[in-house]
Amino acid sequence: MNPIDLKTPLSREVLDLRAGDQVTLSGTVYTARDEAHLRMMEDGIPFDPEGAAVYHCGPVISGSRIIAAGPTTSARLNRLTGFLLDAGVRALIGKGGMSSQVADQLSGRGVYLALTGGCAVLAASRMTLRGVYYEDLGMAEAIWIIELDRLPLVVGIDSHGGDLFGTVAQEANLQFDRRYTM
Amino acid sequence: MEIIIEFISSLLMMLPPSGKEFLAAVSDATCRAIREAEIRLPPDVVAAIREAARNETSDIARQELGHILENIALAGHLGVPICQDTGVPVVYLTVPPAVPVTADLMEAVAEGVRKATREIPLRPNAVLPLERVNSGDNTGPGMPAVHIRPGRRLEITVLPKGAGAENMSRLAMLLPTEQDRIPLFVAETMLIAGGRPCPPVVLGVGIGGTFDGVAALAKEALLEPIDTMEPFEQELCDAVNALGIGPMGLGGKTTALAVKVKTASCHTASLPVAVNVQCWAARRATREVIW
Repeated sequence: MNPIDLKTPLSREVLDLRAGDQVTLSGTVYTARDEAHLRMMEDGIPFDPEGAAVYHCGPVISGSRIIAAGPTTSARLNRLTGFLLDAGVRALIGKGGMSSQVADQLSGRGVYLALTGGCAVLAASRMTLRGVYYEDLGMAEAIWIIELDRLPLVVGIDSHGGDLFGTVAQEANLQFDRRYTM
Repeated sequence: MEIIIEFISSLLMMLPPSGKEFLAAVSDATCRAIREAEIRLPPDVVAAIREAARNETSDIARQELGHILENIALAGHLGVPICQDTGVPVVYLTVPPAVPVTADLMEAVAEGVRKATREIPLRPNAVLPLERVNSGDNTGPGMPAVHIRPGRRLEITVLPKGAGAENMSRLAMLLPTEQDRIPLFVAETMLIAGGRPCPPVVLGVGIGGTFDGVAALAKEALLEPIDTMEPFEQELCDAVNALGIGPMGLGGKTTALAVKVKTASCHTASLPVAVNVQCWAARRATREVIW
């Protein structure tokens, strides 16, 4: 199956995606972890959020080179994400999935894209560094402006309530109950 | 001829080592072991991931494992760490009779960790637990975590441990009559973990010993090659894979690449069980110190 190629800024096209679709993403993304989210909530979003993609990542940067930039666990940002979607962000990128509350917030607006955890070198090989906000937060927590070249992703949560992680977890619970709690 | 050289070198190794050169050799071997572990996965782990990629039938699971294999190849080619979470240093030393276990020896291992952090470089991950102050060099009180056992040669084995998988590890003090609950506890550990520890995982399972010892057993089990499993290990592995969590929690046949078990005698009234979760980047490497 050929992946669907997406490019930022993202438009309503993301509403056509379904959980489980394989996509590639090109264009600009902004990294953000816990600290960056907290500061953006206080000071405002330093980039144009309309159609933007936010990447849950604390990269290793050396000079102007991205050495390693794999995804971090998105669930840590479950309660810090609503304001970004309210402001027009169309895609969240990370690993491990997000809460049903975030799935609700994505409804009719955007998608959660999963990147293979631990694949820091593969991810870095598709990236060019363009700039930085909040550098005082330190390397892992700053917002890095990164240009992507066809980063391979899977739609984990779509804008219609479809949640691949949720479905898999539900099935796992069922299998567990069948085996051990009968 | 080789036998003679071997014999002479083994005689020399019986002399107690001394001085700065020996300690520098310990630091150097520690640093080299860390470099190897961070950049290249052991062949048995790569083979297990390849095998998993062949067995998966879903497009997504195959793609996830394909990304992992591509990432492993790229890291080796570029000589950079496989994952940005370069972990905290867990170190196993086998110490021959001629080597005294001293504070200097421990400090030499720590110096090797600092050197590796600077030179590879590694992400500084070690912080004080309550103050959350980062030492900047992956060392601190009790870090590196060093385990010592007697051996014939001075060998340094490192197991850099990332947090995503470590955080999903669990321990239970079962009743002696609850042996049949062991598979349940192992499977339940993975059920709770889901996609968070970056599956496909390797599970180190400790059974027996004491409350503290069983966790150490579980971690030591992760040092074992994963290309073979005993029937009980296979049974536990099958129980985990039946959950269908799959690579990265996106569904699939391979949730665990392997389960490895280590046991120790325990109190007749106890049955300690620990599960140490390891992500697919099951990093380990050994270097010998020659003096």
